[in-house]
Amino acid sequence: MIPELGQFSLILALLLVMLQVGFSFIGATHNNQLWMSVGTSATRGQFIFTGMAFVCLAYAFYANDFSVLYVASNSNSALPLEYRLAAVWGGHEGSILLWTTTLSLWTIAVTLFSRHLPAVFRARLIGTMGLISIGFLMFCLFTSNPFDRLIPAALDGRDLNPLLQDPGMVFHPPVLYMGYVGFSVAFGFAIAALLGGELTQQWARWTRTWTTAAWIFLTVGIAFGSEWAYYELGWGGWWFWDAVENASFMPWLVGTALIHSLAVTEKRGAFKLWTVLLAIVAFSLSLLGTFLVRSGVLTSVHAFATDPERGLFILIFLGLVIGGALILFALRAPQVGLGGRFGMVSRESFLLSNNVIMIAATGAVMLGTLYPLFLDALGMGKISVGPPYFDAVFVPVMTPAIFLMGLAIFSKWKNDDLPTLAKRLKWAFAVSAATALLLPLVLGKWTPLISLGVLMALWIFTTAFVSLRQRLQQRQQGWLPALFGLPRAYLGMIVAHLGVAVFITGVTMVKGYEVEQDLRMSPGESAQIGGYVFRFEGVSDAVGPNYIAAKGLFKVTRNDKLVAMLVPEKRTYMVQNMPMTEAAIQTGFFRDLYVSLGEPIGDDAWAVRIYIKPFVQWIWGGCLLMAAGGLLAILDPRYRRRKKDEQIAP
Amino acid sequence: MRPYLRYLLPLAIFLVLVGFFAAGLKLNPREVPSPLIDKPAPAFDLPLLSDVGKKFSPEQMRGQVWVLNVWASWCGACRDEHPVLMAMSRQGALAIVGLNYKDTNAEAATVLKNSGNPYQFVAVDADGRTGIDYGVYGVPESYIIDKQGIIRYKQIGPMTANVLREKIMPLVKGLQ
Repeated sequence: MIPELGQFSLILALLLVMLQVGFSFIGATHNNQLWMSVGTSATRGQFIFTGMAFVCLAYAFYANDFSVLYVASNSNSALPLEYRLAAVWGGHEGSILLWTTTLSLWTIAVTLFSRHLPAVFRARLIGTMGLISIGFLMFCLFTSNPFDRLIPAALDGRDLNPLLQDPGMVFHPPVLYMGYVGFSVAFGFAIAALLGGELTQQWARWTRTWTTAAWIFLTVGIAFGSEWAYYELGWGGWWFWDAVENASFMPWLVGTALIHSLAVTEKRGAFKLWTVLLAIVAFSLSLLGTFLVRSGVLTSVHAFATDPERGLFILIFLGLVIGGALILFALRAPQVGLGGRFGMVSRESFLLSNNVIMIAATGAVMLGTLYPLFLDALGMGKISVGPPYFDAVFVPVMTPAIFLMGLAIFSKWKNDDLPTLAKRLKWAFAVSAATALLLPLVLGKWTPLISLGVLMALWIFTTAFVSLRQRLQQRQQGWLPALFGLPRAYLGMIVAHLGVAVFITGVTMVKGYEVEQDLRMSPGESAQIGGYVFRFEGVSDAVGPNYIAAKGLFKVTRNDKLVAMLVPEKRTYMVQNMPMTEAAIQTGFFRDLYVSLGEPIGDDAWAVRIYIKPFVQWIWGGCLLMAAGGLLAILDPRYRRRKKDEQIAP
Repeated sequence: MRPYLRYLLPLAIFLVLVGFFAAGLKLNPREVPSPLIDKPAPAFDLPLLSDVGKKFSPEQMRGQVWVLNVWASWCGACRDEHPVLMAMSRQGALAIVGLNYKDTNAEAATVLKNSGNPYQFVAVDADGRTGIDYGVYGVPESYIIDKQGIIRYKQIGPMTANVLREKIMPLVKGLQ
């Protein structure tokens, strides 16, 4: 009964979203207030019924209703409750439902928080988002229905993939989807503006908050996923340049470019077309990511369900949405005037170069991700592109971006000159360069890459510091009140950029100084690694709710003082008979100790993998700082002057 | 470039991408050619499931066309494949040798006892070491090996009646 209710809700949601689209667009064309407000009401209904479908599916998981095919395929009665609920998005059908639900969440947020927008613009925005909803609801109902029954019902479920039975599964997908799908709002703003033929600075201000909000979710979501891979996969890596990771990283890069480009459009009225195009591309890449993950054209460690029919559906949808948007862009672009002029050396030009670099980086990632597909389609054989390609391409592309970042914080809008900039930044550069050369020597190992990494991180730290000091001096107050008096948007920018520096520090230190050892250890044996002594105490058996495990015990000491007791596990999940490695990690501010248990190799001995990873937590700390910076920026009161907006709105 | 053509550039790039995706949908990314094709089958010397004291090595199959089928009792797809193997064994067109991969002998023997044994020999690869030599990355997988001990074909995933009829049997006829 409940699954049928869910199915029925989905159908109602589809009908309502059709009303949402129809009334919004027709109302906007005829400037009919009544029709437009019906469109808004339909949006509410759509949200309620999509949400209800989602709750119904969650209930089916809660109640272990194995007469629902999707539940039987992705859950099991022995699965703990939190993972049963997370299993809602553990497979293809539920992921698509989560996508749709997230989209309706963003749409309802738009209707609630955009009352200050001109009615026609708002109706077009809601209509555009509705068009995307139609596609996904139809996709859900016609090719990926999560409510399909299984008759006769299964006695028990096939269980959730053990890799996914982790707290990460509870948070990572919803947050990531909030980010992915959130770019649909920026997309809607772009389409609404193109339809209306007006691209004002005001438009950029409205779009900025929404874009940054989506970007924050995406940043946090990607960081979550990376940390999860780090402790769950048991080989200590944190980014694998896997097709699915790249699918989330590409919208992030373009989203980052979009945020910066929007800043220029808002402040100076320049880059309008570029900004609109970025807004379209950012969301297109989200859709592309969905296509890549869900169609099975690429294989990856994330390759779950694949089905060519679904792939065809998403491809047609992709073609309609993105193709339509780009045709509209081509038609309207010539009418959009140029913005304010700017000199060769100015903040605009630095931000533009940064933007171009971000796009180049996205292109490089995209090429690496799709190259195997291209070759295959041309009948030129099968290859796979791995981390060596991405590492080799990504670092050189991003390096100039980091240098420009330091310059851009400083430079003035419109026009600036290099000699003054150089004079103001000479100390920042000298200190960074000297430390970058010497620090690795002090730490005991010097390579060009370590030095480059340190240089980039310090360059951001020092330029941010100089900029902050200069701003504070202008205020002539005590430094603490002055700090709080600074505009939040500026502070947010500084914090986010510091996040990049922290991130680079983490990556550089881990890549440069991590220690890794694969050992054969018997109980009682010790190994000395990087100043720590790891003593293997032995293995005991343990039983979990749906798995049995061998638990290893490692006593870690340094200078005879106890540092940590680490308990890595080797689990076997009973339903799918799948072995899983649970690494034991002691995290720290300056280093992580990481032990994972391999296979038993006879006579009580085990294959053991031990890592010492310096500064690895800084990688995710940096991401969280970036997100925090974004949050500070959207809390800037400037974006809440809605009254004023209304008065000058066209 | 004329100014308005510039604005069509994003659309053009996108259309090229779509073309590739449409082509990509028709391809099967799981179909990976093995580098071992037309190379000699890697040698091994493994105990037999039926009698742990005796050993099996590919040398013994010299002079006949045979199939090496990697399987395990824990593998669901192997159960789907099992009837096909039984049919093959009844036809007797080619010898089937099993490579029991990362399994326990007791469980493997139970499966064969309960649902029938299509294999002439079953070699036990308990730690998966031989599987690495053969580039096994999923179970089941099958290798067609000719009279000179050269691998001629690799099937990733279960052999279906279709694959057997259209690919494997014509190939085997040619080799014999």
